[in-house]
Amino acid sequence: MKNYDVMVIGSGFAGMAAALFAAERGLSVAQTGATGGIDFSTGFIDLLAVHPIAEQKVWEDPFAALAALRRDLPDHPYCRVSDDEICRALEQFTTFLGHHGLCYRGRAGKNTLTLTAAGTMKPTYLLPCTAWNGVKAWEMKAPTLLVDFSGLKGLSARQIAEVRKDSWPNLKVARIKFPGMGGELYPEHMAWSMADPARRAELAQNVAPHIADAKYVGFPAVLGMTDTAAVLSHLEELLDRPVFEIPTLPPSIAGPRLRAAFDRGLPGLGVRTYTQKLITKAACSEEGFSFTAGSGSTSVDIFAKSAILASGRFFGKGLRSDRHRIFEAVFDLPVSQPKNRSLWHRPDFFDPNGHEVNQAGIETDANLRPLDAQGRVFHPRLHAAGAILAHQDWMRMKCGAGLAIATAYKAVASL
Amino acid sequence: MTILTTRVLIIGAGVTGAGLLRDLALRGVQALLIEQRDVNSGASGGNHGLLHSGARYVASDVEAAVGCREEGDILRRLAPQCIEDTGGLFVAVRGDDEGYVSDFSALCVKSGVPCQGLELRTARAMEPALSENLIAAFAVQDGAVDPFMLSLDNIAQAMSLGCSMRRNLAAVSMEVTDGRVTLVRCRDITTGGEVLIETELVINASGAWAGRIAALAGAHINILYSMGSLIITQDRIATRVINRLRPPSDADILVPGGTVSILGTTSIRVPTPDGCRPSVAETDHIIDDARAMLPILGRTRYIRAYAGVRPLVSLGPAGDDRAVSRGFSLIDHASEGVENFMTITGGKLTTYRLMAEKAADLACAKLGVTAPCRTRKEPLPPSSMGKWTEPGRGPKSWVESRAEDDIVLCECEMVSRSVIDAIVDEAKDMRGRSMLKAIGMRSRVGKGPCQGGFCGPRITGHLYDREISTGTQGLAELKTFTERRWRGFSPILWGVPLMQADLQEALHCGAMDLEFGPAPSTRDEESENCPATAFKEPS
Repeated sequence: MKNYDVMVIGSGFAGMAAALFAAERGLSVAQTGATGGIDFSTGFIDLLAVHPIAEQKVWEDPFAALAALRRDLPDHPYCRVSDDEICRALEQFTTFLGHHGLCYRGRAGKNTLTLTAAGTMKPTYLLPCTAWNGVKAWEMKAPTLLVDFSGLKGLSARQIAEVRKDSWPNLKVARIKFPGMGGELYPEHMAWSMADPARRAELAQNVAPHIADAKYVGFPAVLGMTDTAAVLSHLEELLDRPVFEIPTLPPSIAGPRLRAAFDRGLPGLGVRTYTQKLITKAACSEEGFSFTAGSGSTSVDIFAKSAILASGRFFGKGLRSDRHRIFEAVFDLPVSQPKNRSLWHRPDFFDPNGHEVNQAGIETDANLRPLDAQGRVFHPRLHAAGAILAHQDWMRMKCGAGLAIATAYKAVASL
Repeated sequence: MTILTTRVLIIGAGVTGAGLLRDLALRGVQALLIEQRDVNSGASGGNHGLLHSGARYVASDVEAAVGCREEGDILRRLAPQCIEDTGGLFVAVRGDDEGYVSDFSALCVKSGVPCQGLELRTARAMEPALSENLIAAFAVQDGAVDPFMLSLDNIAQAMSLGCSMRRNLAAVSMEVTDGRVTLVRCRDITTGGEVLIETELVINASGAWAGRIAALAGAHINILYSMGSLIITQDRIATRVINRLRPPSDADILVPGGTVSILGTTSIRVPTPDGCRPSVAETDHIIDDARAMLPILGRTRYIRAYAGVRPLVSLGPAGDDRAVSRGFSLIDHASEGVENFMTITGGKLTTYRLMAEKAADLACAKLGVTAPCRTRKEPLPPSSMGKWTEPGRGPKSWVESRAEDDIVLCECEMVSRSVIDAIVDEAKDMRGRSMLKAIGMRSRVGKGPCQGGFCGPRITGHLYDREISTGTQGLAELKTFTERRWRGFSPILWGVPLMQADLQEALHCGAMDLEFGPAPSTRDEESENCPATAFKEPS
């Protein structure tokens, strides 16, 4: 039996953040969980952009939006964290990522519109620095060349230019061959290949004939894995223009980059990660929690004094369901949910109200401790963080990563 | 405004309309087929894909039983590419009506429907998924038919003989002068443009919409709308068609189709044929009922549900919709004073050819054409238009014959970019402004576990690359396509499919903010059910 101060269940944004915050406080940390959600991340850190969702009201100032949301939705998990805690959480999180090759950027107190693979403009709070020149190009409507690659199916430059043609007429496109690869291309392979400066030179050579009067050049996000800053500045030098990335359709490079940063940084802080293992058994006592992670001959028994449940929603396997109900996968905690399955989803997928099932989740006290069926704290040292929390719809409110990081911060602070 | 001229105008591209187009083409009669949405958008696409042996009707409708038996034999012989000759079983479990069970084989003999009694352990060895509570089992000659391939092959041959088809074209009014329809006024539902059609004869083959089309010519048909819902399993549960041996009721049949099985159905009277969709309650009802016959249906994973509206021509007072004949109705509206207007509706997928033959006979009599029907003898040639509806063809062609630079756009069903291109190219002037939905109908795109969540955005990108989509219209089409898949996806969202839906929303709304942006694109009746948000984006 291995012993830790805290067990973090989950390895999405909330799990990664909780492991980081706990370790930086000097606690010994074990972390488990399937890599689910983070693999499909855009890499953007949304804080809050839409409220109320039914009105599709978009806020430029996320903190003003937070104030309105806390007033209107007293059960929303953002009511459990202060603006100050949110800021400190984001600061600590992005500082860590910056040290491990993933620089983030945004405007204090302001959401920024950024380009998606669909050609839509998405409001977010913090962006990978590699996307920042794209923000500038868009805001100035500067003459810009968007490049895409034969064989890469996650991004069509022409689609973006068509969708944006009224608002950004100076967007030109070019489809080019990615150096050294043919057939179907995968972002991860492409990104690793950019470590070779000769490949970058070849890429720049293929792009150069299309530049004409473009002041910026945009690429699908494949420019490097652990060395994106170096790859971008080299390309900028070669093309003599600012360069930016647009995330491709998920699964994009954003997930592997985030994982790579955590894989490099967390072990050094003493976090023991049990990758791709789900909790198969959990028992609580006054002293703490006994877990079995994984199954069969590779399973591991772990004891921890405290636990943070950051196991995500359905895709992350934190919530499960059958035809009749939704349940929590590790402790079978009560799940706040609509009365029956007919109420889980609305008739229209894009209904601005969002789907009721996405507000289902775990109820907690003010310190993010899950409640039992009687409304009492389930265990004094069990906390929950991230998307598994009830009364939020991160997809429609545009608050996924921000809520995950902020609640992870609060959960760790309350340990 | 466009003006088209045709000798015969057929309204409705279900399997009957498609069969009629071919029947007339083979008789040398030039015809135009128009359809408000796309091929098999009504009941022809919303059914089990069952090739009836006739056994289902031996107790209730001998005429239908005999018709199914004869036509089933013809289809097996002449259109083998569309048929999987699986054979079928009729089984009863403890608690089922034993009187019905004991009469069954004698009734089959009376209708000439082959039927073989089976020992229970033989039946269970043939189909291990069957319940342990079996009390009777019979083997019959049911099969599975791909209704999309069937319609597309019919249309393809007709087109090769000089006939034509237009989709997204809705008939909105008719000019009737001196007892004849002289002009049919249509609207292109994707562009709003007007199209006028001059014709000698109009055949209404619009299925559940037949009453509405008849009314345009001042004729009257009383049609009942009976909605049936079905569910598709992720895996193929049984080798053969499995029928519950009891009087026709809900959830009494499981039909295999390639790699999946289709379970159904229900019968619910609805006030209109538009916008039918399966519900959570119906889905659960079907599963709970069918578990008695095949217990695995309570545990297995489902891919989607769907619904179709059966057009039942009302013959008398309202009652059980299943008591209304499943036979077809051929109505000559000359008796109502419209000489060159007729309706063919009702019937079954299995008897579509016979319906087309009878309607074409009447049409030819009116036109003075003496050429006989040839579809009873001549094979239906397989077409390149129809072939991509077949499950398993995508992976096979990918492995055997892909070009070096080809890529897979739909990973669930392995549909490559070159296949999408072939479908787009073949659509030619039928391309219209709902190409993504058209691709879905003509291939396996959107039919695997992701239900369009990933292949939808990817193919949208490809349609932009090919300059088929422009402006925000491709995004609008993507939203229409997603809403359409959602109808069938939302009733089965628990377990793994719910995880898939979670991911789909993270992609469409979380990552791409598609809940903003252009509203779904088509202006057909479906748009009433889609969010009517005006174009608005964060600013």
